[in-house]
Amino acid sequence: MNRTYCDDNMQEVHRRNWTHETLIPKLGIVTDIRIDTPDIKTFRVIGPDGGVCFSYIPGQCAMLSIPGVGEAMFSITSPPTNKDYMEFSIKKCGCLTEWLHQIDVGQQITIRGPYGNGFPVETDLKGKDLLFIAGGIGLAPLRSVIKYALHYRENYGNIDIVYGARSAYDLVYLREIQNEWRIAPNVNVYLTIDREQEGWTGHVGFVPDYVKELNFETDKTAIVCGPPIMIKLTLKALEELGYKKNQIFTTLELKMKCGIGKCGRCNIGTKYVCKDGPVFRCDQLEQLPEEF
Amino acid sequence: MLKIYKNKWPELFFKISCSRELYMPIEKDGQIWFGKWNEDAKVRFDELNTVKSPKDFFFPQSENIVAFKAKGKNISILEKRDESQPFVVFGIRACDAESLKILDRIFLAEPIDTFYKTRRENATIITLACSEPEETCFCSTFEIDPVNPGGDIATWIIDDVLYWQSLTKKGHTLTEDVKGLFEKADQQDEEKIYSHKKGVKVILSKLPLQDLSLEGFKNGNMLAIFNSPKWRELSQACIGCGTCTFICPTCHCYDIRDYDTGHEIQRFRCWDSCMYSDFTRMSHGNPRHSQIERFRQRFMHKLVYYPANNEGVFACVGCGRCILKCPVSMNIVKVARTWEANKALEVKNDE
Amino acid sequence: MQRVTELNELMRKKAQMLLENGIVNRIIGWKKGEFIYDRTPAVFQDSDELSKLIYDGFCGANLSKYLIQESKKEGKILALLKPCDTYSFNQLIKEHQINRENVYVLGIGCPDMIDINKIRSKGFKGILKIEEKEDELIIDTLYGQKRIKKEKALLEKCLSCKGKQHVAYDELFLIDNMISDNGSINRSMPDCEEASGLKKVGIASRDSRPKKDPYEMVEKIEAMTPDERFAFWRSELSKCIRCNACRNVCPACVCVKCIFDNDRSGIASKANTDAFEENMFHIIRALHVAGRCTDCGECSRVCPQQIPLHLLNRKIIKDINEFYGQYQAGADTQTPGPLTSFKHDDVEPYIIMRKGGHK
Repeated sequence: MNRTYCDDNMQEVHRRNWTHETLIPKLGIVTDIRIDTPDIKTFRVIGPDGGVCFSYIPGQCAMLSIPGVGEAMFSITSPPTNKDYMEFSIKKCGCLTEWLHQIDVGQQITIRGPYGNGFPVETDLKGKDLLFIAGGIGLAPLRSVIKYALHYRENYGNIDIVYGARSAYDLVYLREIQNEWRIAPNVNVYLTIDREQEGWTGHVGFVPDYVKELNFETDKTAIVCGPPIMIKLTLKALEELGYKKNQIFTTLELKMKCGIGKCGRCNIGTKYVCKDGPVFRCDQLEQLPEEF
Repeated sequence: MLKIYKNKWPELFFKISCSRELYMPIEKDGQIWFGKWNEDAKVRFDELNTVKSPKDFFFPQSENIVAFKAKGKNISILEKRDESQPFVVFGIRACDAESLKILDRIFLAEPIDTFYKTRRENATIITLACSEPEETCFCSTFEIDPVNPGGDIATWIIDDVLYWQSLTKKGHTLTEDVKGLFEKADQQDEEKIYSHKKGVKVILSKLPLQDLSLEGFKNGNMLAIFNSPKWRELSQACIGCGTCTFICPTCHCYDIRDYDTGHEIQRFRCWDSCMYSDFTRMSHGNPRHSQIERFRQRFMHKLVYYPANNEGVFACVGCGRCILKCPVSMNIVKVARTWEANKALEVKNDE
Repeated sequence: MQRVTELNELMRKKAQMLLENGIVNRIIGWKKGEFIYDRTPAVFQDSDELSKLIYDGFCGANLSKYLIQESKKEGKILALLKPCDTYSFNQLIKEHQINRENVYVLGIGCPDMIDINKIRSKGFKGILKIEEKEDELIIDTLYGQKRIKKEKALLEKCLSCKGKQHVAYDELFLIDNMISDNGSINRSMPDCEEASGLKKVGIASRDSRPKKDPYEMVEKIEAMTPDERFAFWRSELSKCIRCNACRNVCPACVCVKCIFDNDRSGIASKANTDAFEENMFHIIRALHVAGRCTDCGECSRVCPQQIPLHLLNRKIIKDINEFYGQYQAGADTQTPGPLTSFKHDDVEPYIIMRKGGHK
């Protein structure tokens, strides 16, 4: 329970980034905006002197803000192997995100972080066969890990990626999936959409059902992210396949304000999602109250 | 140990206020607050608890943290920090003094909250031992000793004499400044203090909440307590206001918000309450959708979560403010009692 | 005290009977607490729980607002309402907030409610027991026995009591008509056999205590110069800690989402940084409940800072009375509210302006 899932040394480096006051943000400049789906855009952000705003590990998050509009936590979707910029895939669903969807390239924003524990890419996941399961925007936090694993391909076993969305238009990173992920050695990508759609020749059906259908071997480590109901049903599906809770990781989201486990609102029982999460192994979650 | 007679207290207050800002329990519009001392201030050492606790001095209800100016696509970040000056809070009770240690575990843990830390460093705390505990006091549940209240300097008031004992380096520094006004306490005084403390202890042993036990919250009963059906009944009357949170010396949840001043965007942080409906509301839903979950969070935090993360220390000091002020008389004691009476049974049933 | 105990017994029996007869499926009343004075509003579902039901001079909390939620649930709820609570009840019926069919109102007599804070502010510490003896309260404390005149310890709202008559009820359960002239309690249950339908048992309590003019303080404030008045309110409202207790307890504050909870409204909400906003919160609230406020006094009762918030409401009630004729919100469920109806002889705006400017 007390273990934090990331490389201790790596986290130590990031802790040192906490200089005088972590609530005070830095400047970030949006250098590119990609339209992924009708309601998801990916923003490329650099620091005022170029490059990433801070170093981080896959699965960690950052607080982005437009002053006067709001501040919110977003997962960093680009892998730390990329030192030139950071990327955030953001779905339009609230006040701040609506605003972000209206900005143009060159807009400055504020950024602070990194927050959270990140995925145990250098420990628990190393050397394992990985099974990524994502729904909708849930692929955003997993993309960082996927790309990290593709970069250090030799450190990881086979990679399976199951990804679904409401429709073909709602699938994010489609070009990257086709041009980079699919062609990488020992990587399988399984796409699905919720309902039949003209021109779609791939699989149709909900992600949890598809996972069951694909009947994966149980020697993999699964990483799941998506809407709460999808996570819930996927965990059930994996268990039906014979997966144990300690083989499954997920990343959660709750309302956050400080990002450092002090403001008191993102807790699930004794754990703060912003500090002790957002990545949890499912057997850990089992010991926590069901309030997420 | 030093002593000073009542007629010389104003002189003492004046002397302290010359070098540092001095805050004391002061009456204003019928309410007793920690306010800045001046010669006209009506100091009320006789009142046990101020309405708001002294946490305000270290973690103010609202404070500016940073400002921004936006021009076109550009943003400038303006760090304007109010520099805290050395100050003295005089008259903090043992429970409130203990509450600061609970806040320290949050704000001084990595990453350190520098706003809080600066104020903590600038403060000299003069505590005041309790002479007349109220029926709502239950500090003994947390092993707090109200007759030896700690702080940088501890004081006792017996009749018209204030006894003064410096306990820390900060205390010694302040004592040096004002020593000239004091007399040395002698053997007779020591005896007087001793028997005074003894008298107060007798009262303490008669307090109605003296027997309150939190044993039921120990030993990792988190899920059993969390899933208990009793929260429904306990939270029934709660009107979802923030009174308990805002008067509590240990509640420390905050919100960060922006305010458009017309000249710039001021980002401030302010106290928040887990009792409020928007506390965990996100644009796509709220994990605590009714008052049951919100109410439960407040008490789980104080009695289960905080202790689990802090070596068993409860986030309550038994000051009794919530007992006095809750609009519907629901409070931590009633919650504690729920798991006190049949705690063994409860755990068994839920497992 | 003996009397209170016996009356509580009768009340519990009455409640139990209605519960067991299936006329109601739950009861909203007050629950005993740790101390003699702490009474928490509570819903009772089982007759076994009824031993914790209590009604005495510390049950100041107005239960009507809880009925907004409770009356939307399955089955009928028995509501114990004091005379002044029934005004709020009526007002909420008028505003279609309470589902009347789902509430069985048992009007209970009011012995005048005691304000524990007032007792404390007189310097009483360590209160263990409070007993009523004639017009005095005998208070046992950790520091010996003290006495205080009851009238000096009453809730502000009781000082200018609207009267002991219930304006809404299905049945009345009054203290006085169960006490015979020689002071003994009439142990027979009044009319419990036919516990449904509208009926009234006996007469309401006689109210002999001289009442304080509710507008006395309002008039004093009106007589102030604008500067004095501003200073008065600034001083009072600067105590506000933005806990929202006044709003959340107020039976007239029924908005599903309050403007002050809207984070897109550009206000600081829970931060007490801004004097202007602090003033406006209370003034806007008073104006929003204008014509609907029954003067139940809950706002002042719950304020942890004892800000006399009811004075804002009373000022508006007083003006309404002067401009539109005597009006008591919640007196019935039919009369159109003065601010939500138009009559040809309604006062012209300029008169209001003139009055507002010069008084």
